Amino acid sequence: MSSNVQSVVSQPYKYGFVTDIESDSLPRGLSEDVVRAISAKKEEPPFMLDFRLKAYRRWLTLSEPTWPNVKYPKIDYNNIVYYSAPKQAEKKLGSLDEVDPTLLETFDKLGISINEQKRLANVAVDVVFDSVSIATTFKKDLAKHGIIFCSISEAVKEHPDLIKKYLGTVVPVSDNYFAALNSAVFSDGSFVYIPKGVKCPMDLSTYFRMNNGDTGQFERTLIVAEEGSSVTYLEGCTAPMYDTNQLHAAIVELVALDNAEIKYSTVQNWFAGDENGKGGIYNFVTKRGLCKGANSKISWTQVETGSAITWKYPSCVLVGDNSVGEFYSVALTNHYQQADTGTKMVHVGKNTRSTIISKGISAGKSKNSYRGLVQVNPKAEGARNYSQCDSMLLGDTSNANTFPYIQVQNSTAQVEHEASTSKIGEDQLFYFAQRGISPEDAVSMIISGFCRDVFNELPMEFAAEADKLLSLKLENSVG
Amino acid sequence: MINENAKTILSVRNLHASVEGTEILRGLNFEVKAGEIHAIMGLNGSGKSTFSKVLAGHPDYEVTAGEVIFKGQNLLELEPHERANAGIFLAFQYPLEIPGVSNRDFLRVAYNAHRKANDEEEIDVFDFDDLVEERAGVVKMDVSFLDRSVNEGFSGGEKKRNEILQMALLKPLLSILDETDSGLDIDALKTVSGGVNQLSSPDNATVLITHYQRLLNYVVPDYVHVMCGGHIIKTGGKELALELESRGYDWLTAKEAVA
Repeated sequence: MSSNVQSVVSQPYKYGFVTDIESDSLPRGLSEDVVRAISAKKEEPPFMLDFRLKAYRRWLTLSEPTWPNVKYPKIDYNNIVYYSAPKQAEKKLGSLDEVDPTLLETFDKLGISINEQKRLANVAVDVVFDSVSIATTFKKDLAKHGIIFCSISEAVKEHPDLIKKYLGTVVPVSDNYFAALNSAVFSDGSFVYIPKGVKCPMDLSTYFRMNNGDTGQFERTLIVAEEGSSVTYLEGCTAPMYDTNQLHAAIVELVALDNAEIKYSTVQNWFAGDENGKGGIYNFVTKRGLCKGANSKISWTQVETGSAITWKYPSCVLVGDNSVGEFYSVALTNHYQQADTGTKMVHVGKNTRSTIISKGISAGKSKNSYRGLVQVNPKAEGARNYSQCDSMLLGDTSNANTFPYIQVQNSTAQVEHEASTSKIGEDQLFYFAQRGISPEDAVSMIISGFCRDVFNELPMEFAAEADKLLSLKLENSVG
Repeated sequence: MINENAKTILSVRNLHASVEGTEILRGLNFEVKAGEIHAIMGLNGSGKSTFSKVLAGHPDYEVTAGEVIFKGQNLLELEPHERANAGIFLAFQYPLEIPGVSNRDFLRVAYNAHRKANDEEEIDVFDFDDLVEERAGVVKMDVSFLDRSVNEGFSGGEKKRNEILQMALLKPLLSILDETDSGLDIDALKTVSGGVNQLSSPDNATVLITHYQRLLNYVVPDYVHVMCGGHIIKTGGKELALELESRGYDWLTAKEAVA
């Protein structure tokens, strides 16, 4: 064992393969015509095209945010393909059997079974490949409960009233640069609607796969939980390894009405670039939940291990009285990855409560920043927040930062913030070794111990996966 | 217990070791046979703790000359965790805290690592729980400590007990106790010593590193060695410890300085 914990060599990214499939793509570049073409390809009703055009025009007036603690070369938005779909998916898919076997194979390889026979742990899946959703499982079973689970494209056509009512209400088109871009060109994603009083009988999930090297993925997810309903939703992502950077700018909007509960978990494992920082995904995502109703609850759990750059702040706007927002996050960066991630908890209603638990792990030459806002508005009597931000450093060339913003405008509010920074020390590893535990196992035990508070919030099978993912990422990180 | 015919467990010859370029061990010779209890005494900075860390393979220490044979094999070729699995146990002077990792999980992983290294099947959580709860009795440790993070928030005495619990579980061939008596009140000292005595057998061996005679009232050594300037300057029976207690180290170290 060398005398430091520095030489970080990751496990090769095992999802880095490319599926060779013929695709139908729009030419590179972004213009009003491209926006119209996307809308036309999706056979959207006019209201949707208007929404997109409004967003596009707004986007032209905005500029890319410069405040995140990340550095990257200027993105040429005219050198990106905004729509790419595997040829076969263009046909209306009647049943899962009609899905191109190449695609099924791709998802099998990724460990995602689209085959309902192999139904795993009671999870329904919507799989999105580049710009389109190629299959959604268990739709019929869910429909029996009145639950709508389908691709957002389908929802635009089949449930326009719900889309009109909710799309863009949590994240307005003008919210930020990337939100405006997404609103103009979003291609697919998932739509979930849980009717009044229904507890969704299975976990719902979307698996996002970026395949085409020049394509940006702009997915859009909208989840609406009516009064007294509840749902658990999981999201997973991977992409092939390319030398160039791919752009991923998504929006997720959650709406929880009175007494409703939404639990949203993400395991993000986009390609992070190689050990020299070449390639990788730019992940610029706007995720926000609106606790619209009284006693509603939205809980975000994220395990962020991939992407060259992450810019993401899953947030809760707590409007309903007694509503609850939670954010549990593990962000791991290695090599040259840069992450600027955290949350915003906006307390509007009375007696609203929020909890933030953030665990950042930085290895290699990476940069990992927590950025969080806790805002208590004047009328939020009795609001409470508890924040805990812990950072762990591996080696001495990585970087961890915490940027907490606290704005309190009501004197009855209670806001607590705790932060810590620790380092996996040589002596800790020696202690493990002296008990017969190898450095690799020691690091993985320390890391999972460090992340336990967050992993406990993940659904069972996700927690195991996240644990494994972190140890893989850090394999050989002690030399 | 001295038995001339017992097998040699550890044999150290002319060991030299440095930390950050400063030589600490200078030609150390040391031999341990099965069944024996050795005490190494000496002033601060004499190299006692360094010796224990070198045996365990701490990465900060560089061996520059000499050899260490453990159970007939070259110990210096092994990684620290391999040394542990081969049967070397170091009870730390300052046991480390590992936040977030439960004592129970830590012990189980360590125990199974030992089993695996010895080609034995790993045991499952339930069998392990029975085992560890029984062993906790050896050091009179409340089982609630098993579910706390390793050493986190433990008092000095609790940490030392936890070390002996690990020893009771891993059943090492050679246990090295580095200043295990420091910071213990008399009751804790009795409990810890009782544990050490209980674990001592004709097949294994124990090395106690200590400043004080106090511990040796409870764990009686077969040999007492005095270390000074990175090697052993005098070896005697248990009465040597008593002599050191009354006369101090000057009469020995002065001689060393002249030599």
